[in-house]
Amino acid sequence: MIGIIDYQAGNLTSVARALRYLGEPCLVSDDPKVLKQASRIIFPGVGAAGEAMANLRQTHLDQWIPEWVDKGKPILGICLGTQVIFEYSEENDAKCLGIIPGAVKRFPKDLQEDCMPLKIPHMGWNSVAFQKDHPVFRDIPDEAQFYFVHSYYPAPADDRLVIGWTDYGQLFCAALARRNLVAVQFHPEKSGRPGLQILANFCRWGGEDA
Amino acid sequence: MLSKRIIPCLDVRDGKLTKGIKFKGNIDIGDPVEAAREYYEQGADEIVFYDITASSDERDIMIDVVKRVAETIFIPFSVGGGIRTVEDMRRVILSGAEKISINSEALKNPPLISEGAKAFGSQCVVLGMDVKKVEASAKIPSGYEMVIHGGRVFTGVDAFWWAKEAENLGAGEICLNSIDADGTQEGYEIKLTHLISTNVNIPVIASGGAGTPEHIKDVLTRGKADAALIASMVHYRYYTISEIKAYLQGSGVKTRMTW
Repeated sequence: MIGIIDYQAGNLTSVARALRYLGEPCLVSDDPKVLKQASRIIFPGVGAAGEAMANLRQTHLDQWIPEWVDKGKPILGICLGTQVIFEYSEENDAKCLGIIPGAVKRFPKDLQEDCMPLKIPHMGWNSVAFQKDHPVFRDIPDEAQFYFVHSYYPAPADDRLVIGWTDYGQLFCAALARRNLVAVQFHPEKSGRPGLQILANFCRWGGEDA
Repeated sequence: MLSKRIIPCLDVRDGKLTKGIKFKGNIDIGDPVEAAREYYEQGADEIVFYDITASSDERDIMIDVVKRVAETIFIPFSVGGGIRTVEDMRRVILSGAEKISINSEALKNPPLISEGAKAFGSQCVVLGMDVKKVEASAKIPSGYEMVIHGGRVFTGVDAFWWAKEAENLGAGEICLNSIDADGTQEGYEIKLTHLISTNVNIPVIASGGAGTPEHIKDVLTRGKADAALIASMVHYRYYTISEIKAYLQGSGVKTRMTW
């Protein structure tokens, strides 16, 4: 059973639909007592970091999520879910969960590519250069692209956690992994077959390191 | 670097496509869910649905279509037509659409843009613009005027001004349709697209006039559009989306080639 963390941050239905399509049973809840029945957790979300943290505190998920991570059980962060596992986000000047050392930063206003200004948010399909083999990213073609929508990007203090880099005027961390935790900035549930492959891989992953 | 997006547009009335699309073997189909699946398989980067259902009683049929599409394809899609309130937006988004698009409703009631952006985030709110070329004047300095009702009614609103205003109100994307080019299959309005796309900091989808892959390349390169909307050229099977993308890739335009 996959538990999807509900913290009023949109997009949960798409993740649940993708899992249903893959034949994976899932439950959606904001209650730690319900979520603990799951064997693995997906932490999705779209929205702003400040409000997300406020909602997580209200339901005590801000304590429960780090505990889950410490127990060594598999967890997958997606988009805003990925961002709030860091220590701090420049969005709303928000203190976050602090599971992964590092910060979430805003793309600079003067971002450029070939002397052309780049638009923010970074929205659409982009490539991810995967750095090493990992069970969750297995069977993904090198030239696969993923769907992104975000104005802030994760910047882990330790680059060695980065599994995949994406180029948008600068390189940023699009996927990272540390032991039982995997987190992506893009939306696997909206990234066609390669995205579904990542979700399917996660559903079979025991949480062991690469 | 981001890929340029290719987005087929499907018009839906009472839960059926207004014009059938040609499938493999030249079978004409009218089910929007099957059409969406076909384009998803061909490599569409996103899909746009326009609901042109006349009566509001029939809106539930469209909601059902949205739900079925969301269970079938796993790429973003947007729904436009008949969305007048934040509640309308909520129903469509909760049914599985990534974005909603508003057009004349936003012109009549601009705060709808900010209310939608506040409730769901800017990335969910697409502003549809129907534009006609006119003589530049004090009232329409850009020489492009906003029109409604398929171009029959001029609104007196300057298109350039409106694009900037909508961005300030919180629109996350613009779908820019040239009524002059629409239906001609003779190419997009490059000048209009360039004007808007280089003056806003949100993505612009060019619409109206696509007939060949070269037209698409032109609007993505010279027109600086972030995405191209296409209709007849794929609905009638003159081209498949995969063929269009192969052409773009071969011309040096970055597109998504694996799906």
